[in-house]
Amino acid sequence: MTPSSSVSYPLQNLSVKPFNLLEACLEVLVRLFILIPFFSLLYIMTKIFQLGFPTLSWEFLTQPPVDGMTHGGIFPCIFGTLSITILMILMALPLGVAAAIYLTEYAGQGPFFRIIRAAVNNLAGVPSIIFGLFGVGFFILFMGRNIDGVLKSGLLFGQPCMLWAAATLAVLVLPVIIVSTEEALNAVPQSHRAASLALGATKWQTIRDVVLPQARGGILTGAILAISRGAGETAPILFTGCAYFLPRLPVVNLFGVIPMINPLDQFMELSYHIFIMATQSTDAAKTLPIQYATTLVLITLTFLLNLTAIVFRIYFRKKLGQVSI
Amino acid sequence: MDEQNNVEMLEERVSPSLKKIVKEKEPLVTHQTDLLPKINVQNLNVYYHTTQALKQIEIQIKPQRVTALIGPSGCGKSTFLRTLNRMNDTISGARAEGTVMIDGVNIFAPNINVVALRRLVGMVFQKSNPFPKSIFDNVAYGLRVHGIKDSNNLQERVEESLIKSALWEEVKDRLHESAMALSGGQQQRLCIARALAVNPEIVLMDEPASALDPISTAKIEELIHVLKRDYTIVIVTHNMQQAARVSDWTAYFYMGSLVEYGETKKIFTAPDKKETEDYITGRFG
Ligand SMILES: Nc1ncnc2c1ncn2[C@@H]1O[C@H](COP(=O)(O)OP(=O)(O)O)[C@@H](O)[C@H]1O
Ligand SMILES: [Mg+2]
Repeated sequence: MTPSSSVSYPLQNLSVKPFNLLEACLEVLVRLFILIPFFSLLYIMTKIFQLGFPTLSWEFLTQPPVDGMTHGGIFPCIFGTLSITILMILMALPLGVAAAIYLTEYAGQGPFFRIIRAAVNNLAGVPSIIFGLFGVGFFILFMGRNIDGVLKSGLLFGQPCMLWAAATLAVLVLPVIIVSTEEALNAVPQSHRAASLALGATKWQTIRDVVLPQARGGILTGAILAISRGAGETAPILFTGCAYFLPRLPVVNLFGVIPMINPLDQFMELSYHIFIMATQSTDAAKTLPIQYATTLVLITLTFLLNLTAIVFRIYFRKKLGQVSI
Repeated sequence: MDEQNNVEMLEERVSPSLKKIVKEKEPLVTHQTDLLPKINVQNLNVYYHTTQALKQIEIQIKPQRVTALIGPSGCGKSTFLRTLNRMNDTISGARAEGTVMIDGVNIFAPNINVVALRRLVGMVFQKSNPFPKSIFDNVAYGLRVHGIKDSNNLQERVEESLIKSALWEEVKDRLHESAMALSGGQQQRLCIARALAVNPEIVLMDEPASALDPISTAKIEELIHVLKRDYTIVIVTHNMQQAARVSDWTAYFYMGSLVEYGETKKIFTAPDKKETEDYITGRFG
């Protein structure tokens, strides 16, 4: 790029972009890579929609399966998935937020807490089947059996049920909630804590009235991620509570009148239902459409749960006067 | 600095005007306590881990006066200010030795209630830091923290604080809008209102106008003039003209030591120390 005349105009040179073959190839390659996930997703969604949508009907959504699950609906699975997700987030959110508050606001930077933080991060990478086995060992055999021993309740807690399945899922999503809550808390300016403390607020008042309100959006993001991670999981609930087929809903009447979810019962669940349809079907031709329709429902449900959390998050951000989503 | 001389000079010069203030206000406090310094610092040493940020500070800060702290960056002005409301406690590794008496009470004593101390000694920070709440909620925050829930009472005291901080006229129609929408100068006056709302006796200001435009700065300075009738004000400033304009007393810090402390008039016209003169006239720093 030698200037043609004796006077050089550097800016003119800038407008002439030199061609670099390697760079051009790389750029094309990178663009192609972006297309791979996009088209995979598009293909999967189209396929699921095509094969699943015709089977969807009001009956399908509201009726239990019949005839060896070759006909009928999947209502118990929807009910089970919703219940267990709600139960999971009810357990994981307070625990995870409390842990994150402790780690960011109270714990120091000492070696002990560094190890704890590393452990939390590594927990996120543990395969989910391990959580399932942990659930059996810790929740059912250890906690459940011991509770039964103390309450003299026979075999009530010491067996697979929704409570332990949800608890297992809660442990699975705990690192997600802790990490995103920590990030949200760290994003609150230190100067706001200082302003509050300088007014004579206690540390807890500062956390409750200044830090947490600002972190709510980020905490909800954590909840979104946790739901996405937990709602579709099969492995952790495989041994801890979900049933192949259950002729009744896991519901109990409180005081004989108020119906509520019975956490001590087993339950059917969408992703597990898909799994058994795919692997243990008695009549594959008949169950295939059901399988796709169930998948469609599961994806829609997860999406709706996410959407709710996103709406909440936008609402809280608005309330804080922040513009971005 | 000659201690004996200094105290005598203090009594001589301050007592006539103090009498005036006592007359104007309710003569509740006895004459004797009024002559006592509001803040009496003895042998103060402050460390961050092992480095010493303040060395053997001795200073008596007068009630209902504006005391300016000047000196080059890193000389310990902010550290000194944070010692007075024990905000240094929140910095890990910070440690103070010596005594700081406020109204005759040593604030380093083990039985001191830090929360009560900080209500008494308010602070305004260099960078305005309103909470992302409404204007009203910002000012009411400290009141609520201290247990005031009655909405009429809150309303009254929020209004009173906003009037005191000269912000009321500008925000009275939008008290429930976000404080983040205010201009920088308004935000800083809101922070002053927030600090005044809990009824402090001392207000610490760490370069409160350093990030503001000249008009906002002038408003803050005007405000300080008015506020000193009711509050003891300690202000850090980098701006010599500002120190000269707003303060009655000036302390010059250098490398963690208090080099010279005296009436602003004297410090700015005939300082005792050559270093002070060099700093003030800009031959240094
Ligand atoms: N949080 C801190 N941790 C460690 N050292 C600090 C901290 N804050 C201030 N210092 C040190 O203490 C000295 C005084 O700082 P500071 O009080 O902020 O000075 P000034 O406000 O006069 O600029 C400086 O040397 C600074 O590096
Ligand atoms: Mg400073």
